Amino acid sequence: MGLNILLMMGVGLAAGIVGAILGLGGGIVVTPVLTLAMGLDIKYAIGASIIAVIATSSGSTIAYLHDDVLNLRVAMFLEIATTIGGISGALLTGILNPKYLYYLFGALLLFSGWNMFRKLRRGDEVEQNVQDDTIATKLKLNGTYFDKATFKQIDYQVANVPQGFVVMLGAGLASGLLGIGSGAFKVTAMDTFMKMPLKPSSATSNLMMGVTAAASATVYFFNGAILPNIAVPLALGILVGAVLGTRIMQVLPSRVIRMLFIPVILLIGLQMIYKGFGG
Amino acid sequence: MTKHQNETSTTTEMNHIEAIIGHILQIGVSIAAIIMALGLLLLIIKGGQTGYAKNVHPTTISGILRGIAQLKPYAVMMLGLFCLILTPILRVVVSIYAFAKEHDRLYVVITTLVLVILGISFVIGHTV
Repeated sequence: MGLNILLMMGVGLAAGIVGAILGLGGGIVVTPVLTLAMGLDIKYAIGASIIAVIATSSGSTIAYLHDDVLNLRVAMFLEIATTIGGISGALLTGILNPKYLYYLFGALLLFSGWNMFRKLRRGDEVEQNVQDDTIATKLKLNGTYFDKATFKQIDYQVANVPQGFVVMLGAGLASGLLGIGSGAFKVTAMDTFMKMPLKPSSATSNLMMGVTAAASATVYFFNGAILPNIAVPLALGILVGAVLGTRIMQVLPSRVIRMLFIPVILLIGLQMIYKGFGG
Repeated sequence: MTKHQNETSTTTEMNHIEAIIGHILQIGVSIAAIIMALGLLLLIIKGGQTGYAKNVHPTTISGILRGIAQLKPYAVMMLGLFCLILTPILRVVVSIYAFAKEHDRLYVVITTLVLVILGISFVIGHTV
């Protein structure tokens, strides 16, 4: 038992660090370890990964708020989309054929990965988006953050708000319908569509993920899918990992974060398309 | 007011709001972490005795509270997890207050809307 607790804390530590840096939540590390390495039933693995997402989100948000990396208004505005998408997804279960959604969302992630790869090759990490976007200005979405890698205060403007909103609806739909972590879509919506720099995108994604997960977490909590002996050491490990992750993320050059992000997002995209084919 | 002044006031307003939310969230997460750690400690002290039969853990609020009264490790751990689940919702509620305090009416409306939708999804999640 003691060994199991230590193992879960270790997994949590790793998941918290990775999740906080990439804005993807902990599920991406936790679910494969629990199901493949430990042979845990998928029901309990999902329960644990929902807790992982919340722990990563709340743990990293404290630091990202304190250091002023995330964009609270963008998060609040886009949460309307993710929560509506989440409800639609839950209601549409059994009506919509998830097969096409897997294709659609998988393709979207592949596109996003390709787009990020091009950004990486062009080397224009922070786009100085000079044109004022009317909707972004009206909603006071434009933001600023201090980049601890370059020691520069970076003011950025937010573009393509409607497109970002639609991708977020999709992100909510995907997590409600397919039960997968939608962090990848959130970062995609902000970085690829709304032209936000990668660090605020990742930090804001982390903030938003907790809210999306909280609604479904109560369901898993009361139907018994959240096992205390797994979820508690995992969550404690994650809280520590997330705090470390927020420190690491801020001093990492955005290029490096993108290099880490691209293979992960491509992998999730391919996995979704594979699932669409019935894998 | 010039555009620059306008932006500066938005930035300081944002800093106030972020400070309030960050502070409350930190308290919430700390409480959850302490309860979870205490539960885990209790489990270790009791040599792995969870307080329940094998493969059983409490999943109702009343069951958890009854278990805590008897210092059952799993009950304390479940309470900690429940507190953790509430932290993102706490964050939304505090955001409404923080935006209201800074007289940002647009975002009071937006954040309230998020809370309402969240409430609806909660109800749907527990009936479907």
